[in-house]
Amino acid sequence: MFAYYFGLAIRSLKRNVVLTVLIIAAIGVGIGASMTTLTVFRAMGSDPIPGKSDQLFTVQIDNWGPNPESSGPGSKSHRLQDQLSYTDAMALMKAHAAKRQSAMYASGVSLTPANPDLLPFQLHIRAAFTDFFPMFEVPFLYGAPWSAADDTAHAQVVVITRALNDKLFAGANSVGKTLNLEGHEYRIAGVLDTWAPIPKFYDLNDERFSKGADVYLPFTRAIDEQMEAWGSVNCRDNAESGWQGRLRSECIWVQYWAELPTSAEQGAYRRFLDNYAAEQRSAGRFHWAPRTALQNVREWMVYQQIIPDEVRILVLVSFSFLFVCLLNAMGLMLAKTMGRSRDIGVRRALGATRRAVFAQCLIESGVVGLGGAAVGLVFTWLGLLGLRALLSAKSVELTHMNATDIAIVVAVAVVATLLAGLYPTWRATKIQPAWQLKAQ
Amino acid sequence: MLKMTHLSKAYRTEVVETYALRDFSIHVRPGEFVAVTGPSGSGKTTFLTIAGLLEEFTGGEYQLDGVDVRGLDDNHRSRLRNEKIGFIFQAFNLIPDLNVFDNVDVPLRYRGFNGAERRKRIQQALERVGLSARARHFPAELSGGQQQRVAIARALAGDPKLLLADEPTGNLDTQMARGVMELLEELHRDGATIVMVTHDPELAIRAQREVHIVDGQVVDLVAQPRVAQLVQAQA
Repeated sequence: MFAYYFGLAIRSLKRNVVLTVLIIAAIGVGIGASMTTLTVFRAMGSDPIPGKSDQLFTVQIDNWGPNPESSGPGSKSHRLQDQLSYTDAMALMKAHAAKRQSAMYASGVSLTPANPDLLPFQLHIRAAFTDFFPMFEVPFLYGAPWSAADDTAHAQVVVITRALNDKLFAGANSVGKTLNLEGHEYRIAGVLDTWAPIPKFYDLNDERFSKGADVYLPFTRAIDEQMEAWGSVNCRDNAESGWQGRLRSECIWVQYWAELPTSAEQGAYRRFLDNYAAEQRSAGRFHWAPRTALQNVREWMVYQQIIPDEVRILVLVSFSFLFVCLLNAMGLMLAKTMGRSRDIGVRRALGATRRAVFAQCLIESGVVGLGGAAVGLVFTWLGLLGLRALLSAKSVELTHMNATDIAIVVAVAVVATLLAGLYPTWRATKIQPAWQLKAQ
Repeated sequence: MLKMTHLSKAYRTEVVETYALRDFSIHVRPGEFVAVTGPSGSGKTTFLTIAGLLEEFTGGEYQLDGVDVRGLDDNHRSRLRNEKIGFIFQAFNLIPDLNVFDNVDVPLRYRGFNGAERRKRIQQALERVGLSARARHFPAELSGGQQQRVAIARALAGDPKLLLADEPTGNLDTQMARGVMELLEELHRDGATIVMVTHDPELAIRAQREVHIVDGQVVDLVAQPRVAQLVQAQA
């Protein structure tokens, strides 16, 4: 009977095209508004590395001590610092206490292309250790990460993104070729395949929703080249000036991630961190009880308030708008159903059960919902295009719809329309055929 | 076939109780053609809707083809209605979105017949009423008489035990009405059981038996020979 009811639904919708268009438009506009915000909301809060987000931990160590102005635990001033000092990061790297670990920071350089037709341009750099790639499951198109020996040797090697490889080498395998960065030749060890986790969880200090770096190079080499941090650098008290002063200071500017697959390894690493902080206290560097933390990817996103309150409010408002649109659609559907009372009465007289009438009307609501989904998809696409124009170029990744987003739009539209259609459908089942026939 | 005993139907409000049918008894045997007459508001249509299981009754008994219908739930009533009753309405009540073929198909869909069986029954029913050539026409493309024939085909397609006709010629001109009446008489001759509500005494006397209703009660079961009644009516 499904095909029969589906055919009847199409006929019924064709019967009053204006009303049908109004219903579908009401649903489509509501879906478009709500799904635009939901798509952004989902992109902001999505798990950027599914399957591994509970095994990757960022490290926090209190190297500044309690803030005397702190109003207690939980207050913003009582929070642990979001990054590490160079001193702590290097100490943790040296200890090598996790399965994989990498200190890292963002920087930038100018590149002089070998092709004389191309002008020099700036590149985003991420300085990291070789574990960065397997730890974050970064896919490679050509080649491989540089080696641990390259880290130790402060080698002039790089891994470049697919986009940069396309731009400089027309997509050909460029492994073994060189890049001229700030006058130094760097050998290309590998070319990444498309990889842009959203949000950029491993560094939420700046440009949280950007694509990330164009070039990756050894942390040790970046330090040698005194590549300035392009992300946030926070210092307390009087930090020494100059690059070496920065390295010796308590300024925090280095992100640090460790891969700890099991709870036993996580427990051991927490103890290791506390022992490290205690050692620093014994050595006279820290003058307070050890305060350290390990936070996995999802915890870190919550801690960093990856979804701003404004976005949450916007989602709430847009869904309220959807609700209003659905109320309108429900009213129109009710009018449509009541306009068909005679037909429904005739069907009941000819043997249709209430259940059959319910199924017929509900399938019609479903068809309307599919129409609403199609219109809603168009409005969502337009809404995201509008957002793309409003947002900075660094956040445009939030405005892309994937297959899951499309499936959500369709599902929400159909389910919402079915819900809106329940009352008209229920009213249809209550139509008394005898009254219809007596009224003729 | 249709047996109502001391049946009553009351409409209640907070202050008043109005009886549409009161102590109503009727027995229609298989193969009979019964005309139900009476003035407006006498309860004819209420009788028809109760007989057609479209409305519940308040008291008494009603047996349809041996089935006691009192207290049956909606599913049972709908199934019984679909299998045993064919309706012919004054206003034809064809569904305007559906062509002739699909209109006749409606009760068969709810019966659960497969496609081949439905097609066979629809073709037979349309041939029976002389409209097989109009199967793809829509109701709006047909005359009133043709629309009523389609409605009769729809009522016949499920091979019901009982045909209930509510003023079947009420919306037709004389010539078309005659044609529809002749079709009903032909169906009766072929063995159909027909209960027809009508205002028209000329139509009523063409039935095998006439039941007169006044104020919700059967007041007269006419037993005169039909030919004598016809003469009286013409006089």
